[in-house]
Amino acid sequence: MSDTLLQVRDLAVTFETRRGRVQAVSGVDLSVRAGEIVGLVGESGSGKSVTLRALTRLLHANARISGQVIWRGEDVLALPENRLRAIRGREIAMIFQEPMTALNPVLSIGRQIDENLVAHGSLDQAGRRRRALELLDMVGIASAAQRLENFPHEFSGGQRQRAMIAIALAAEPRLLLADEPTTALDVTIQDQILKLLMNLSTGLGMAMVLVTHDLGVVAQSCDRVCVMYAGRVVERGSVEQVFGRPRHAYTDALLRTMPGFGPSSHTEGAARARLVPIEGQPPRLDRPILGCAFAPRCTHASAQCEVRPEMVDDGSGHEAACFAADALVAV
Amino acid sequence: MNRLGMVGLRLLQILPTLVLIGVVAFVLVRLLPGDPVSNMLGDHATDATIARLQAQMGLDQPIWVQFLLFVRHAVQGDFGDSIAYHVPVARLIAERLPVTITLAALATLIAIGLAVPLAFISAVNADRWPDYLIRAVFQVGLSSPIFYVGLLLLTVFAAALRWFPVGGYGEGIGDHLYHLFLPAVALALSFSAVIMRSLRASILAVLTAEFVDFARSKGLSQRIILLRHVLRNALISTVTLIGLHMGSLLGGAVITESVFAVPGVGRLMVESIFARDYTVIQALTMALAVVVSLTFLATDLVQMWLDPRAAK
Ligand SMILES: Nc1ncnc2c1ncn2[C@@H]1O[C@H](COP(=O)(O)OP(=O)(O)O)[C@@H](O)[C@H]1O
Ligand SMILES: [Mg+2]
Repeated sequence: MSDTLLQVRDLAVTFETRRGRVQAVSGVDLSVRAGEIVGLVGESGSGKSVTLRALTRLLHANARISGQVIWRGEDVLALPENRLRAIRGREIAMIFQEPMTALNPVLSIGRQIDENLVAHGSLDQAGRRRRALELLDMVGIASAAQRLENFPHEFSGGQRQRAMIAIALAAEPRLLLADEPTTALDVTIQDQILKLLMNLSTGLGMAMVLVTHDLGVVAQSCDRVCVMYAGRVVERGSVEQVFGRPRHAYTDALLRTMPGFGPSSHTEGAARARLVPIEGQPPRLDRPILGCAFAPRCTHASAQCEVRPEMVDDGSGHEAACFAADALVAV
Repeated sequence: MNRLGMVGLRLLQILPTLVLIGVVAFVLVRLLPGDPVSNMLGDHATDATIARLQAQMGLDQPIWVQFLLFVRHAVQGDFGDSIAYHVPVARLIAERLPVTITLAALATLIAIGLAVPLAFISAVNADRWPDYLIRAVFQVGLSSPIFYVGLLLLTVFAAALRWFPVGGYGEGIGDHLYHLFLPAVALALSFSAVIMRSLRASILAVLTAEFVDFARSKGLSQRIILLRHVLRNALISTVTLIGLHMGSLLGGAVITESVFAVPGVGRLMVESIFARDYTVIQALTMALAVVVSLTFLATDLVQMWLDPRAAK
């Protein structure tokens, strides 16, 4: 596809830890087209954050990343440092769950915006200030001129998240990676921030990968969705496809844990349903997983699940890695 | 409260501290065995001579009378004359204290100058050979007695290589600094080991902070991330340590000044204690208390400058 910005192929991340090797992410394929919002959902620990950080090599030294992350024709995983730095922030930016820890406590918000502009642009000081004011305005922070001088602890939670968005968007990235941007916020503010992100995405023509464990958020905002389980993408398709006719037993179980969040209710009015855990625990990642990782918790499991199922496309671009895919849809 | 108000309040708080330390010093010196007069006159003096001189100096009065007299003069800025040197104590201290302060400040600068870059190299290469090497060298620095380091520096850089003078203080500011360089290095070595250990640990902690990842995700250079984002946060806890330790540098200065024949208050203090020079010991103790209090205040100001959250 010509308007594909990001094409991830067979991404895997292992961590070397004192207690052995942790296979946090394996075999992840993901594509993002210009301007679209892709949701990445899954239980806590399923590898969403690690996947997101791997895309621009933000993981620490104990991580081994393999596979390909093709960004507009270049493999980010193979780029030299200086090329990578030019992409980070300028083309692919990222925001985090907890702005209190993601913002530097000793630098003013203005400074944290400014250094982004210095790194990626040629504006003079006055120009950068004008741009910084414009950015605060854009994310809905009032009295921008005073707020630029303020430090993170002088903002409320929602304002801090807005400030972080302003910083991330300073250099006009084409893709924003958002790691649970609303999870740490009050419910009323969650909605405002989500709306803000959606408006910015549309207004700026900026694509977004939105990580969340809130299916309501995905239903409300995303074009397509990837469901992760134990470090793998197990189902992928448009939001209508995945939430309307789930083809993976895990997705199906997820949706069933939420009353009123069935095939017909995935649109605007969908309940802001939280993900209620399914019986049992996700598997440990520090030993090889044979077969389908979800099988031990799955009501549809059968003998063939001892071999890991491949991702299968049903012909409409709706893919799932589940032997029970057809049975689920038939019900 | 604003910064100016805070500084004013802290300066006021020094006063009660000073009074307390003055009282303690006044009493303690008089509890020492021996007295200045017998010290001055030696073993052959008759009791009558000693008594006469004591009376002349007011030392025969009850201690509380002596204290009230001392206070009466002190509030007028007169801290008495040195018993041994026969000059006003204030003049003696004004001559000697700047020497020691310069020595301590130079030692602090050298210690920071050594510790900061090496802590960085150590932390960034944590648990690889540069880290092991730096930590091993500093471990030696930390465990070497100051007088030993001092003698070693003297032998090598002053006596053998003749790069530096073997002692004294020289004339003029440049010459002063030149004379104080080796003693400052001797004083700085274990101090820099303390700073380096603390800073290395803080840097390692800060490197795992999420705001460092956010800074990296913005495409900032490694240099900016380390100097602007990491160092500043890591220094916050280390600055407190540096401030606290500068107080104990004065203790180390006593030894260093003796080894390098530097005319500072460290040596003056030791000489005065031997001579039971009460007036000098009292006044010097109070002067040092002021210096230490001001150091702590300066530390807090630096801390506030580094960390906007502390300014509240
Ligand atoms: N630095 C690390 N070292 C070892 N294991 C890690 C590290 N970071 C993440 N993991 C493991 O990788 C798995 C995926 O984590 P993560 O991507 O953060 O999950 P989530 O989907 O909740 O964002 C978890 O099991 C986590 O314990
Ligand atoms: Mg996460």
